Amino acid sequence: MRVASLWREKFGKYNLTGSKCEKCKKLHFPRTTFCDCGSTNIEDFTFSGKGEVYTNTVVRVAPAGFGKDAPYAVAVVKLDEGPMITAQVVGTDPETIKIGDRVAMTFRKICEDGKTGIIHYGYKFRVDNG
Amino acid sequence: MERVAVVDGAMTSFGEHWNLSLRELAVEAGRKAMKNAGIGPKDVDALFIGNMAGGYFNGQEHLASLISRELHLAPKPSTRVEAACASGGLAARMGHLSILAGAYDTVLCVGVEKMTDLPPENVTSGLAMAADGDWEAYFGVTFPALYAMLARRHMHEFGTTEEQMAAVAVKNHDNGVLNPNAQFRFPLSIEKVLKSALVSDPIRLLNCSPISDGAAAVVISKESIAKKLTDTPVYFQGSGQGSDSIALHNRVTLTTLEATVAAGKMAFKNAKLTPKDIDLVEVHDCFTIAELLAIEDLGFIEKGKAGPATEEGVTARDGRIPVNASGGLKSKGHPVGATGIAQIYEVMLQLRGEAGGRQVDGATRAMIHNVGGSGGTAIVNIMGRD
Repeated sequence: MRVASLWREKFGKYNLTGSKCEKCKKLHFPRTTFCDCGSTNIEDFTFSGKGEVYTNTVVRVAPAGFGKDAPYAVAVVKLDEGPMITAQVVGTDPETIKIGDRVAMTFRKICEDGKTGIIHYGYKFRVDNG
Repeated sequence: MERVAVVDGAMTSFGEHWNLSLRELAVEAGRKAMKNAGIGPKDVDALFIGNMAGGYFNGQEHLASLISRELHLAPKPSTRVEAACASGGLAARMGHLSILAGAYDTVLCVGVEKMTDLPPENVTSGLAMAADGDWEAYFGVTFPALYAMLARRHMHEFGTTEEQMAAVAVKNHDNGVLNPNAQFRFPLSIEKVLKSALVSDPIRLLNCSPISDGAAAVVISKESIAKKLTDTPVYFQGSGQGSDSIALHNRVTLTTLEATVAAGKMAFKNAKLTPKDIDLVEVHDCFTIAELLAIEDLGFIEKGKAGPATEEGVTARDGRIPVNASGGLKSKGHPVGATGIAQIYEVMLQLRGEAGGRQVDGATRAMIHNVGGSGGTAIVNIMGRD
């Protein structure tokens, strides 16, 4: 399902590549072609994947395709470069994650479209309080 | 320019209507609204229908055509409006604006959602389509999760507690017990809410509005016609609409819904009124945290203080500013596309003094607030008798 859409978003979902406005220097994630300042002079920018938890939750009632992963942690992460991003946080007891935790991006399987469908990959984060 | 008024309306009860289809729900509400207004299909110039996810929930798009035929309105213009859970409120606003623009004299606005035909995990997935598909829902984020993250941030910045959120549910169920159309007509206690299962921490089952089937409809006309049709027109005195990023992560703040702020300011400016002039408010409490955000963002309670205010009874039916006297989405039910129209119907009853046991004494002016998604769209209307 939706093979082309997965291919199209691969730079963002696999590499954390967003955009940088060459005029006002604002960074964007996900990618954009049109900055708030009005500029269309936009280049790719790949984020470091480091950031901190801005807010978070534990999903216990999962949507279709995620049932076997529940409960899992989800957070809005504020990347060190500025933009925020929504992702799962893995590798730690979901209930122990808190606002302000340092996190780092990691590449993981997101879900499967059934037994014979596409396997979806993308970024998750892991707690990295150093 | 003539003002626009609600002539009359109707709603189905909200709940699990196993024996009624999407179209039957819409027809029941639409037909009864016309009957209550004392008009027939020939008197209606156009239909606006609010529905979020007929395609996903019911395998049915193109409701404009489907319902116009079923209500015997075809070949008159019919328009389906979608803004997630604000679909109904936006459909009514489009009807309202089309009358202001002089395009029509009388329109029928119907909101409908049929949610119980799919298994719950698919309903969860369907509702998640109101979030950012590529950058939120893709990663397994649900609607309760989005509101849970808004709640966490509010708790972090202002000290809002789980008890305060539970107090919203208890208050709204106390009101819903008195509403014959409500889905959940039973009282709650703080303890019961806090002991209910976690859905997405800190949101528990009893912090959530239910999955519901239902429809609501209102007939709205320009003032001169409304006055001929009813002795009790309820006027749109101010109307506002706001937008924001569909994704939480692209917003400036997560403790305010900027779309609500914008819509509220527009409605108050439009009506030349302030929060002090409002006798009751129906807000979009899809989750209990949403009610706390709404009453702050609309200016009824200082930012960060909605939790304590709710605990103190400020928003109770006999409080300083009654909020969700209908039971709100929490107790009344939340068939998403129907909600915004059902809110208009509810305040119409309140302002006519016909709300029975949940009547707010002497209410002459009300505000309605309907949100799409996690705050990407907000519709606010001020309705009054004068």
